[in-house]
Amino acid sequence: MTLYEGKKGDFIKINQVLLEGVMRRRLLDLGFVPGAVVEVLKKSPLGDPIAFRVSQTTIALRKEESSRILGERIENGY
Amino acid sequence: MATKQAYRIALAGNPNTGKSTLFNALTGLKQHTGNWAGKTVSMAEGIVRHKDKEYRLIDLPGTYSLFSNSTDEEVARNYIIFEKPDVTLVILDATSLERNLNLALQVLEMTPNVIVCINLIDEAKKRGIVVNEGLLMRELGVPVIKMSARNKIGFSILLDTIDRMVKGEISVRPVPFIYNEETERKLEQIEPEVRKLVGDEFPARWIALRLLDGDTSLLREIEKRMLQKEDKEWNSIEASQTNRLENF
Repeated sequence: MTLYEGKKGDFIKINQVLLEGVMRRRLLDLGFVPGAVVEVLKKSPLGDPIAFRVSQTTIALRKEESSRILGERIENGY
Repeated sequence: MATKQAYRIALAGNPNTGKSTLFNALTGLKQHTGNWAGKTVSMAEGIVRHKDKEYRLIDLPGTYSLFSNSTDEEVARNYIIFEKPDVTLVILDATSLERNLNLALQVLEMTPNVIVCINLIDEAKKRGIVVNEGLLMRELGVPVIKMSARNKIGFSILLDTIDRMVKGEISVRPVPFIYNEETERKLEQIEPEVRKLVGDEFPARWIALRLLDGDTSLLREIEKRMLQKEDKEWNSIEASQTNRLENF
């Protein structure tokens, strides 16, 4: 699944970041790295952007980015 | 030449880790501090005296990374790579080490003369966070100091460590970063070529990595700086020749 498909309250373990160049670097720096667990915090009224909790900070991503980060849903963040 | 050489100490860190608070406390300046991102847009400079030495402290823009996603990051990166401070302090927020260590590792890849400052240690304590600085020191290969800039805790240890580092009394062995086989193989090909061009002036492995990353802004910057250097050398040759003609 992609981060974009996550539902509020989901914990998703990232396994792939399908972006390149500066945006990829930026996302890695912000903590969207393979192996990291992110929580889906809130969705905007129209579903874009989406706020995620990633290494103790809240970061909102647009659909363009969140739909290119892959992972799997896990239970309770573990 | 001045009799007393001022060592240059750069302060790097994520936004809102108390970098500017530390800068102000050490220099006695009132550089504006505030807790919003991108506050330090340009670099502030101040003087610190400790024992018999004078240090120029340079407050770099607060960034999460040094891979030039923004002007701030470029300014901080260029300073560390091209201006080569004698010591770089990396200020980390003790309450958010996971996020903060990213920057520390990036700096350690660029220069070995690093002191890691774990700031906000009192705040971490309140939240029940225990930081094992001995373990961090062994893992990173550079001095790690716990401190609280706000309450001026850890300053004397920090200043003494800086003193010992500029005197060459501390042997730093930053952790070597080994990448996957493919990357290392490419590095083996590129690094010697890079070294031929930049010599020991700049860290060849780091530049080779950036080239693999496709970082074109860094390439432009290196080109610009090397041209400037050539210009300067050329101008000084011209000047000396003019002098000779005048003497004649």
